[in-house]
Amino acid sequence: MAMKNNSLVSINDLSREKILSLLEIASKFEENPNRDLLAGKVIGSLFFEPSTRTRLSFETAAMRLGARVIGFSDAATSSATKGETLKDTIMMVSSYADAIVMRHRLEGAARYASEVSPCPIINAGDGANQHPSQTMLDLYSIKKTQGTLENLHIHLVGDLKFGRTVHSLLHAMRHFNPTFHFISPEELHMPEEYREFCRKNNISFTETTEFNEEVIASADIIYMTRVQRERFSDLMEYEKVKNCYRLTNAMLEGSKPNLRILHPLPRVNEIAHDVDDNPKAYYFQQAQNGLYVREALICDVLNIEI
Amino acid sequence: MNNEKPALQVSALCNGTVIDHIPADKLFAVVNLLNIPQMSNNITIGNNLESKKLGKKGLIKVADVFFTDDEVNRISLVAPKVILNTIRNYKVVEKREVKMPAELHNIVKCANPACITNNEPMATHFYVTDPDTGIIKCRYCEKEINVSNVELL
Repeated sequence: MAMKNNSLVSINDLSREKILSLLEIASKFEENPNRDLLAGKVIGSLFFEPSTRTRLSFETAAMRLGARVIGFSDAATSSATKGETLKDTIMMVSSYADAIVMRHRLEGAARYASEVSPCPIINAGDGANQHPSQTMLDLYSIKKTQGTLENLHIHLVGDLKFGRTVHSLLHAMRHFNPTFHFISPEELHMPEEYREFCRKNNISFTETTEFNEEVIASADIIYMTRVQRERFSDLMEYEKVKNCYRLTNAMLEGSKPNLRILHPLPRVNEIAHDVDDNPKAYYFQQAQNGLYVREALICDVLNIEI
Repeated sequence: MNNEKPALQVSALCNGTVIDHIPADKLFAVVNLLNIPQMSNNITIGNNLESKKLGKKGLIKVADVFFTDDEVNRISLVAPKVILNTIRNYKVVEKREVKMPAELHNIVKCANPACITNNEPMATHFYVTDPDTGIIKCRYCEKEINVSNVELL
């Protein structure tokens, strides 16, 4: 039986108003992250697929709110290895926990869990599909550094074909009249589905394979992603482009003063280490913002007023 | 109902269903979708009949069978414009054009092998995002696919 609850499954389910109100709540947690709002509550943290960064961020968020956490960090230690269905695992844990944070390798797993679970589900990533808390922390970082989400020039760089984070960001930004600049090698360019989405939603965009000082001069936000070797069918092609999408400090000389550089992390070599000390580098604070955003998301699904 | 073309006389059936305006190349797909080969009723199947709309068309008459909405929805996936005539006592009592429904519940299989619906004992659920081009979107993995590329359940 499908049950109605207040789950967070996909960024596409959130209205403009909902996004802005969640960001507002997150900013309150930035002022004071330690609040005993969830004393006596238990949060289930079900990571069927390992993800240290996201798991630690969610579990820290729950603990700073005063909740206790149960769960597993790898499907190998859950009964999924014994052939238990996702539904059965969710039914079991939902009888212990007040809310469930879950990461699963299968796409749509969180949607399905939200239909069968009596307690709310927060999607912490379902395969290549959705990772709404990442998108929310990206939005939070953009708003915090630019003072607004409206009318910004956002440059997406690197793997735009498989990059789940850039696709979700593009969807979420539709409410805020952005201009996108897609910068990627031919093999990893933005899929037609998303370009069509931009046209339908009157979002202007440009596309180029060049990544240089000139191309980023108009940027308010540069969102870097990793160009992964395993994505290339032709390894010669990879060798040719692997260093073309690398941001160096020298490239930032003519950039706008308000420019900030984001990256979902982990970074490998697409951002040179000399960028780290530039005040425009924002990726470590961005990750930290994830904590405040996740505190806001947990309170929201539990209908806790801040 | 009087019809001048004897080959297409829908009134020749006492009770049952006439499925008309089936594109000739889809006739046998429709026959299979409706499980007609398993039926023991009186059945007439015609193909490559002349049609002003389609050039050539297929037609199926099944005596004493009235299809449910679910069965009809299945037809729309291979032949979106067919006409269903319900016959009672030699009269056409209902004529409806099959249309793709807004949602498809457990009718087609998701083409994405990493979709939860292909890995868990559960029903599939699609939203028809563009009925003209046949684009459907999986409720679970959120992937869009064309109905012409999907497998029926």
